[in-house]
Amino acid sequence: MMDAAVFYAFAALAVLSALVVIAQRNPFYSAFALIVTLCSLSVIFALLGSPFIAVLQVIVYAGAIMVLFLFVIMLLNVRREDAGKGGARTMGGIATGLVVLLVLEAGTVLLRLQPGPAPGFDASTRKMAQVLFSPQFLYVFEATSILILAALVGAVALAKKEP
Amino acid sequence: MSGPLLEELIIVFLKVALVIGALLGLFALMTWIERRALAFMQFRLGPNRTGPIGILQPIADGIKLFFKEEVMPAAANKWAFLAAPVVAVTTALLAIAVVPYGPPFTAFGRQLQLQVADLEVGLLFIFAVNALGVYGTVLAGWAANNKYALLGGLRSSAQMFSYELALGLSWVGVIMRAGSFRIGDIVESQAGSVLSWNVVVQFPAFLVYFVAATAEVARIPFDLPEGETELVAGFHTEYSSMRFALMQMAEYINMITVSVLATHLFLGGWHSGIPGVPSSGLYGFTWFGLKVGFILFVFIWLRGTLPRFRYDQLMHFGWKVLIPVAAVWTFVAAAVVTLNPR
Repeated sequence: MMDAAVFYAFAALAVLSALVVIAQRNPFYSAFALIVTLCSLSVIFALLGSPFIAVLQVIVYAGAIMVLFLFVIMLLNVRREDAGKGGARTMGGIATGLVVLLVLEAGTVLLRLQPGPAPGFDASTRKMAQVLFSPQFLYVFEATSILILAALVGAVALAKKEP
Repeated sequence: MSGPLLEELIIVFLKVALVIGALLGLFALMTWIERRALAFMQFRLGPNRTGPIGILQPIADGIKLFFKEEVMPAAANKWAFLAAPVVAVTTALLAIAVVPYGPPFTAFGRQLQLQVADLEVGLLFIFAVNALGVYGTVLAGWAANNKYALLGGLRSSAQMFSYELALGLSWVGVIMRAGSFRIGDIVESQAGSVLSWNVVVQFPAFLVYFVAATAEVARIPFDLPEGETELVAGFHTEYSSMRFALMQMAEYINMITVSVLATHLFLGGWHSGIPGVPSSGLYGFTWFGLKVGFILFVFIWLRGTLPRFRYDQLMHFGWKVLIPVAAVWTFVAAAVVTLNPR
């Protein structure tokens, strides 16, 4: 009962703040609303019994990435965006969103999906580490690390000015 | 609502109230101790007029701040300006909610531990909340619409990112030795004599941790965000009255958090460290309190002793000295742990 109450509270918060992200014209507020969305998602991960992913969500997205966004917004002094051109695009966006929602709902009903983690799923920190570093995923995991490293080197190379 | 659930809830609320009350008391006491100790180090007397040996000074300060006018800068972004102290204090309190304050004990027929939440990922949680704490600083600096505050906020957040990396890396060896992110497990991994404390076993990690933690809480010699001669007071330049007090409180709570963490991660937590000397029950609380008090005193001591870093020195030291040392030590610790499986 308690879990359900917490879930609905934070799910509502996540959806509302996500709406603020796209509806708000001031990029600074949008960025903050996005931080709230990410933190609410983290609470939902924690409810699903995976504290590790919940914490990583906050460290990586809400902590590291969003701070960089904020820095750019603050330093470039981005002004509030002027109102968009017309209702047609907004309407198209809302229609697409509704269609996607409908398809997802239909899928949930048709496939008889149950809320919560799949049965037998153990997302504790120890179990996650064992799965990630098992022979099945080890190479993929390491390849991802190399990919991220390459992106990092690329960013530095692009940002470096010629002397 | 059934009995056991209600009982659990009451215990949780009591713990939260106790922790917040104790922290507020310690915060008030620390402001006085810091001023007095610093004064003695500089051959002054410090605040000694209010009450015996000046111990009521924090209360006088509190009353003064409470009755001061709240000034909102005309050009400030109102919501962000109001939110910044709240974010700062909330994240500071959240971080200290997951650390235990003493050994587990039995009272009223229950196994209790003075800890608000015992998380499987306790250390990572602190890291995450710490990362969110940067927003308090960024918001405060940006919202005031003051160039000193903005520069102070930028400096402060850049410093916090840079030293967060070294701080996180310095924990890795400790976590590997304990095989757990849970702070209680880390303390238990250091049971036994002083020689099994991480400060002995992992001395380089302790050095990196202590330096990085000093920088994280922006204490001298790393108090550049508040470099008075350059930035007035950095990100909280425009804050007055109780909002200023909240900003100060967040800083002191963060300082207490890093001291408690230093005790748990490196100084054996509530263990006495001498074989034969008990470390359960009240003894444990005593050892723990003494160690935390000592670390807090070292922070004041450093403030009375060292000058401030220059900004380029700070960045150079953080990225080119501290992080490589921490990274190399992580490899050494990983090798040792792999070769000696528990």
